[in-house]
Amino acid sequence: MSDNENNHHSGVGLVVRGLRKSFGNQEVLKGVDIEVKPGEIFVIMGPSGSGKSVLLKHLIGLEEPDAGEILINSEPLTTPEIAAKYRMALVFQSGALLNSLTVGENVGLYLTEHRLKPAGEIKKIVEEKLADVGLKEAVDKMPSELSGGMKKRAAIARALVIEPQLILYDEPTSELDPLSAVVIGDEILELNRRIHVTSLVVSHDRDLAFGVADRIAVIIDGQIVTVGTPETVKNFNDPRVQEFLNADFKRDNKQPRL
Amino acid sequence: MFENIGEIVLLFWRTLLAMPQAWRQRDKIFDQFFEIGNASLLMVCVLSFFIGAVIALQTGPVLVERSLPNAVGGVVGIAIAKELAPVMMAILIAGRIGSAMAAEIGSMRVYQEIDALRTMNINPIHYLVLPRLLAISIALPMLVVFSVLVGWFGGAVVADLNHRMEIPFRVFFADLRDIVDLKDVANGVFKSFCFAVIIGTVSCHQGLVTIGGPRGIGRSVTKAVVNSIVLIVIFDYILTRFLLK
Ligand SMILES: Nc1ncnc2c1ncn2[C@@H]1O[C@H](COP(=O)(O)OP(=O)(O)OP(=O)(O)O)[C@@H](O)[C@H]1O
Ligand SMILES: [Mg+2]
Repeated sequence: MSDNENNHHSGVGLVVRGLRKSFGNQEVLKGVDIEVKPGEIFVIMGPSGSGKSVLLKHLIGLEEPDAGEILINSEPLTTPEIAAKYRMALVFQSGALLNSLTVGENVGLYLTEHRLKPAGEIKKIVEEKLADVGLKEAVDKMPSELSGGMKKRAAIARALVIEPQLILYDEPTSELDPLSAVVIGDEILELNRRIHVTSLVVSHDRDLAFGVADRIAVIIDGQIVTVGTPETVKNFNDPRVQEFLNADFKRDNKQPRL
Repeated sequence: MFENIGEIVLLFWRTLLAMPQAWRQRDKIFDQFFEIGNASLLMVCVLSFFIGAVIALQTGPVLVERSLPNAVGGVVGIAIAKELAPVMMAILIAGRIGSAMAAEIGSMRVYQEIDALRTMNINPIHYLVLPRLLAISIALPMLVVFSVLVGWFGGAVVADLNHRMEIPFRVFFADLRDIVDLKDVANGVFKSFCFAVIIGTVSCHQGLVTIGGPRGIGRSVTKAVVNSIVLIVIFDYILTRFLLK
């Protein structure tokens, strides 16, 4: 699929090799290797503080690696040109909506700032994407008037507007009720089916992970411990992975995550 | 505070390079411009009136005692146009607008809104810094012109009413016009333009480098205002020295 790389309606491949990152003298990523195929839904699971969000920030160019490389369709993600060539979107763990803009303006921001479409069309697209995530009535609300889950959904709508070839979700279903979580999971699948976007999902949500993933990786303490289909990961014989996969489910209900 | 001077100059340079984007950002520039005007017009008015008044009160009687009553208009006129209006307004705007810029950009930084902009390929300098810097660079000189007029008026009122001076309103302004040139006003306005650049750049920079949570934002706001004021006072001397030639 990598031969039609200029077609925006197809996912890109992603390779990460030996990625290392330290903050001060704390080493957060200790040589991460992953390979995501074009159009795949790849889920990364791991305990809190294991470096998942930091990894995603590297993939979208918000952090500079200390060592290692990131390749998008075999091109190193070091120059802004490559970063600009492929459409990528990150759904932040916190949503990261612009607080001074309405939800609608947030969702349409990419199109308005880059002058990609006339105003009327942008309005239509925004309404459509908000409807996709079930936030049709919130167009004119300010982000401060939304609940945590609504913010997350608005952030997903904002990412969808970019029509990305690689979409990174940082805990898309934390703070969502089970029903909305299913809606988001379906949306991830639907998007993948419709435009073959490559999806990288970081999540604690076991239902989501095993429901949507083509493959799953488990990251513990800045290192990938195992990668494979949901079945192989579930049966992977490592006490840390088993402990995490089984303990995680109970803890998740008690401790709502940020 | 000076460890960041290099970064601040770099930010200013990058904003200059982004100037061709100004037309695209015109809506944001207007928004910022009106916000600055709205937030400060009344304060500028009150402050300027009393500054003019107190300068007349301090210098007038001394000059009148030495039989120099027709120097009062000139002294008040020059002091306000060349020095007090630009510096005091710059300090006022640093406190009122610089703080708001640092707080707004700082909180966008802390709450990852700036990261979000970057993931959408939206340059924070185009989107945030350029409109603010342009708006303040237009607004502050205009406020200073306004401030000069109100300050003169304040001085004239006191010179007229104070029993130790009793210089009629018209006479005050005639004396003022004898000594004060349009060049003197332009001189002050030019200084205020430089101060506006300082306030805008320092405050936006401080916002962009904010780290931590709400406390970090508070620290940034304080730093933005204090550093702006210190730089304004230092540059006031340098600019005055250079403009006097
Ligand atoms: N900008 C930063 N400066 C210093 N340390 C950081 C920074 N960002 C992350 N860290 C550290 O890196 C580690 C991993 O953080 P990260 O946010 O990636 O965790 P996570 O796996 O996403 O956890 P969670 O599931 O709780 O979101 C943490 O120990 C954190 O303290
Ligand atoms: Mg995280």
